[in-house]
Amino acid sequence: MSTLATPLKGHAPPPEAPHPAAAPDPATDPMVPRPFRIVRVKKELSDTFTFDLVAQDGAPLGFRPGQFNMLYVFGVGEVPISISGDPAVPEVLVHTTRAVGTVTRAMWAMKAGATIGIRGPFGSAWPVETARGGDVVVVAGGIGLAPLRPLIHTLLNQRESFNRVMILYGARTPEDILYKTEVRAWRGRFDVSAQVTVDRATGGWSGPVGVVTRLINAGGFDAPSTTAFVCGPEVMMRAACDALTRKGVARGKVWLSMERNMKCALGFCGHCQWGGAFVCKDGPVFNYAAVADRLPVAEY
Amino acid sequence: MTDTVKEPIERLLHNHPFFAGMEEPMLEKLAACATTRTYKAGHRVLKEGACADHFTVLLSGCVAVEVATPEQGVTPLQTLHAGDILGWSWLVAPYRWTFSATAREDTRAVIFDAPCLRRALEADHELAYHLMPRFIGVMSERLHSARLQMLDLYGPPAGARERGLA
Ligand SMILES: Cc1cc2nc3c(=O)[nH]c(=O)nc-3n(C[C@H](O)[C@H](O)[C@H](O)COP(=O)(O)OP(=O)(O)OC[C@H]3O[C@@H](n4cnc5c(N)ncnc54)[C@H](O)[C@@H]3O)c2cc1C
Ligand code: FES
Repeated sequence: MSTLATPLKGHAPPPEAPHPAAAPDPATDPMVPRPFRIVRVKKELSDTFTFDLVAQDGAPLGFRPGQFNMLYVFGVGEVPISISGDPAVPEVLVHTTRAVGTVTRAMWAMKAGATIGIRGPFGSAWPVETARGGDVVVVAGGIGLAPLRPLIHTLLNQRESFNRVMILYGARTPEDILYKTEVRAWRGRFDVSAQVTVDRATGGWSGPVGVVTRLINAGGFDAPSTTAFVCGPEVMMRAACDALTRKGVARGKVWLSMERNMKCALGFCGHCQWGGAFVCKDGPVFNYAAVADRLPVAEY
Repeated sequence: MTDTVKEPIERLLHNHPFFAGMEEPMLEKLAACATTRTYKAGHRVLKEGACADHFTVLLSGCVAVEVATPEQGVTPLQTLHAGDILGWSWLVAPYRWTFSATAREDTRAVIFDAPCLRRALEADHELAYHLMPRFIGVMSERLHSARLQMLDLYGPPAGARERGLA
């Protein structure tokens, strides 16, 4: 219950003890950012970078794959960014961000040693546990690989719990492949099928060329037992969900992650409303069966 | 190079997703116009502007559909793999390939002789009725894919591009 609730009749605080202006506590108040220090900056692509962050109070930030944080650049603004590290290593908080506007551009300019405010983790998670015992297909497009990476870490950490694991990744060009070293390592594993396709082949690329849905169409998974996790631009997710269901994967076993502008991230302000849902609280991970009818609706 | 492995073409067609659900007698009629071939990696399978006198059903390997421009040289537009088909210019006059294609790996395929196939479809409208929707399905899927590629979905957001941010 809120500490600011109206006092009950006859229980008013005595006048000699005025209510002190309590300093907001980041540990308990989800509106207050916790300071984190940037310990490493990795330039991933021409406009995309990864921060490794450590909490200044030393307390690790546990999270579930698919959740996001609000990152606050002091004096500039706050943006929602998915957590892209390994949930099994919560001491280091990892965020991969693409510089597109005011706040993310300010983040791009930050160096190791700088401090950033973090609120979170928020939102729903990829329901990894529902995929146990069956095939798993992870479909990523562009920067959409970042919110899926914690899920991929979890699948690989618990590899024996799943049957086939397929990672299908669509990038713009070979130069735009995110987490190249890791993608190469996934491709080298005998117990994972990791395939990368590019929209535009450049520089002697010898891999597949074409949209990521073509990798889905090629199959290689047992549709009735498959759980699929999809993240990327909305148009790509629509096409991917459609391709998966046409292959026989049940809508109820397809999950996707949505993005909407956010402010509070707590379900208070309504900024992130999408139909009857708040993306910050009910999402960002949604079940395709629940949102399929809403997905093709253009909001312009 | 004509394939030396002798496997009934009907069986190859029966197992190929493009012909899924087609009755055996129809597959036999189609097989009468077909041969199997293997292409070595690097072999030019189709040449833009040349006579479209066949169509190709890929059994294994990989073929890149390409376009050549003076500015950018040869650019692969799409790669096709086992389970795909290649080419429909044989269906539409003036029967000329609109793209080139090159085998990226050693590739095994069933090749249909287009004039033979056109005659078979002319003589048997039911066969045409069953075959044409399959081509339309492939065409629509390729058109959709091409549109998505054109959209440059993973590129910088329009706002960021305009303001020189990315
Ligand atoms: C749950 C969730 C998870 C997310 N996870 C990630 C993630 O892991 N990584 C990531 O990089 N992003 C992620 N995002 C997206 C990220 O939050 C946004 O890119 C970020 O909020 C942009 O903020 P900004 O201040 O940098 O850009 P803004 O300045 O707010 O710009 C936002 C967009 O609008 C455009 N724009 C802004 N101003 C103008 C203008 N005047 N004219 C035209 N266009 C304009 C920009 O180009 C940009 O595309 C996520 C979003 C959500 C909701
Ligand atoms: S961001 Fe405020 S309700 Fe979702």
